[in-house]
Amino acid sequence: MVYKITRKNVLEAVNKEKRLDGRGLLEHRPIEVNFGVSNKAEGSVSVKFGKTEVVCGIKMGVQEPYTDHENEGTMTTSMELLPLSSPDFEYGAPSIGAVETARIIDRGIRESGFIEFEKLCIKDGEKVWSIFIDLAIINDDGNLIDAGALAAILALMSARFPEYDEKKEKIKFGEFTDKKLPLNADKMPLTTTFFKLGEKIFIDPTREEEEVTEGRLTIEVSKPEKEEMINAMQKGGEAVFSTEEVEKMVDESTKIFKKLNSLVNEELKKAKKEAKEK
Amino acid sequence: MAYTKRFDGRKIDELRETSAKIGVVPNADGSALFKQGDTIAIAAVYGPKILNPKHCQNPEKGVLRVHYNMLSFSVSERIRPGLSRRSQEISKVTEWALSPLVLLDELPGTVIDVHINILQANAGTRCAGINAAAMALAAAGVPMTEMISAVAVGKIDDKIVTDVTKEEEDYEDGEGATDIPVAFLSNSGKLTLLQLDGRIQAKRMKEALEAGKEACKKIFEIQKKALKEVE
Amino acid sequence: MATKIKKEIVIPGEIISKGNDFLPGDWTMKQGENIIATRIGIVEKYDKLIKIIPISGVYIPRGGNVVIGEIKDLTMNGWMVNIGGPYSAFLPLRECPGFIEESEMENVYGIGDLIVTRIFDVRRTSVDLTMKSRERGLGKIQNGIVVRVNPHRVPRVIGKEGSMIKMIKDASNCYITVGQNGLIWINGDDIEKQAFAKRIVEYIVDNTTTEGLTEKVEKWIAENKPASTKTASNEEKIEVKE
Repeated sequence: MVYKITRKNVLEAVNKEKRLDGRGLLEHRPIEVNFGVSNKAEGSVSVKFGKTEVVCGIKMGVQEPYTDHENEGTMTTSMELLPLSSPDFEYGAPSIGAVETARIIDRGIRESGFIEFEKLCIKDGEKVWSIFIDLAIINDDGNLIDAGALAAILALMSARFPEYDEKKEKIKFGEFTDKKLPLNADKMPLTTTFFKLGEKIFIDPTREEEEVTEGRLTIEVSKPEKEEMINAMQKGGEAVFSTEEVEKMVDESTKIFKKLNSLVNEELKKAKKEAKEK
Repeated sequence: MAYTKRFDGRKIDELRETSAKIGVVPNADGSALFKQGDTIAIAAVYGPKILNPKHCQNPEKGVLRVHYNMLSFSVSERIRPGLSRRSQEISKVTEWALSPLVLLDELPGTVIDVHINILQANAGTRCAGINAAAMALAAAGVPMTEMISAVAVGKIDDKIVTDVTKEEEDYEDGEGATDIPVAFLSNSGKLTLLQLDGRIQAKRMKEALEAGKEACKKIFEIQKKALKEVE
Repeated sequence: MATKIKKEIVIPGEIISKGNDFLPGDWTMKQGENIIATRIGIVEKYDKLIKIIPISGVYIPRGGNVVIGEIKDLTMNGWMVNIGGPYSAFLPLRECPGFIEESEMENVYGIGDLIVTRIFDVRRTSVDLTMKSRERGLGKIQNGIVVRVNPHRVPRVIGKEGSMIKMIKDASNCYITVGQNGLIWINGDDIEKQAFAKRIVEYIVDNTTTEGLTEKVEKWIAENKPASTKTASNEEKIEVKE
């Protein structure tokens, strides 16, 4: 619930480099990862940033390639703000929030080279694999872009190809292979969105904090060789940023990239171990 | 070949592994997760709250609004995100199933929103949804006269079985497969959900309803236990 | 093997009494020979009356309760206030002390302002509020932070004879005003102290069903106190313990 004085409270706290829950400005809430939300998906995961929960499922399909990319697979990213995720939900067409978020996440993955689209080609000019990245919000407590982006990456990394009948040119849904998707782990893009309130900038806001912010900058970073690359950026909201602020945020995003990268590797290792134990 | 042994080895009146948990959606006034074998449903309740716009309010009693939908990746062949005619139908029958329980007369001019989503589907999705929704309503402190439990009974070939799976639904030999989702109220034993998809001899209907009633009693015990673990 | 029995939660439809031993009270209903619960909660017997104490759900307004509400709209004769749940609450102009011109109303309480107020009349779905009361502390909230909690946990935040609330006040050096509708106003001179008080409240609310809550809260406070909230009196306390 966001009240008129909420803005005053959050501003007072961030001006002292603190948050109401005791965190620092560049500190994440506890991040929790659980794979296997749906065994019908080719890959699926639930990601929690504090109380925010986003689930992501990967579904594969086969189709004709696009005319200007005859030997490349396709990718579609969607995000659903489920009615159950928030008391403020209203029915109707996807809100601009969900549409914009899905597009930002899509761009970051597409531009990074994380997915090797040529390896998704089945028959040149005729048949290619299509990847559907479907995100759904289970509980909205802010920072849906970052939680969604992380969920998408983890879901892709845990996904496996379904069985494909070459003769009939059809997918045998329900039957899975051990084959992972063609991904370049070193080109993995990880996302941090920076939020601005007054003169202060912070990350991973709760819903209450996010509602009073004046603007945001999403930065998707990867580190393919020795150098960090930015694969997507999006400024949202009405606030303005100085070039110094942007440079600082870019710099911070590379530091946060390191932290998220370790987290991803740790979670994948844990999942592998649990799968073996089964 | 006649259906003599169930595909997963269960007895004809045996439920799949069932579990329930409440409090899975922190923002909601009440929420629950219900797992019936491979089928997983989550439900969240918001309300009772004032219904806007005012002209939609019922001055005599409260309104229950149910929205049911499946996640795109809950099934083998991806469902396009958004509402479908099937989800609209299930939303309505679920609303009719749940309304008799809630003391809506005591809540004039208000609305209670019940949102149900299926995370993973292996038949019996509307029943799992009702089971989760009933728990979410109770956990939300909504005034109710009793609880409700639902299960999908089926006639596979000539056998009346409890808690059908998708594999059983697709059975084509012999008399084929008939899917009969039912929901029973915990105290009065009355039916508030009854649908039939397939064919059944009239004289066998009693057997199917009895099987449903027994199964729902078992499901009720699981719901009750999960609700009492509320923090 | 004496074990402290946690009060059992009953669910809607559960039989809580048979025969004519009791009369049905709040959130119960007579069904044939039995009395059943119609809401999830804890059974309480008071003389010949059996009722359910709710543990979740919307706030149930009671005359005399102090609540914190948000001004939603202004009409000619008062303010429409949101106190939560499916109730419309109204603060009539005549229930405010002093004389307020119609044109001044917005300045006194404007849309979006939070007020500490008192319920004086409860009808089926509407509630009347008043600012005229011997109760101190009623009025507009200008500073501080407001926390929203499950209204049914409010008694635990207050504690037996205000013991818990005193602990929060001492640990954070803030004034705490509790609205029975689950809104809690924390006012201090420092955002850090206020944030700390908020976190103590949240800790209490998350642990209301555990035993030995008071000791647990004391421990949590000692472990999580930010440096700036240490006052002279608290330091003395620590020395005495050693």
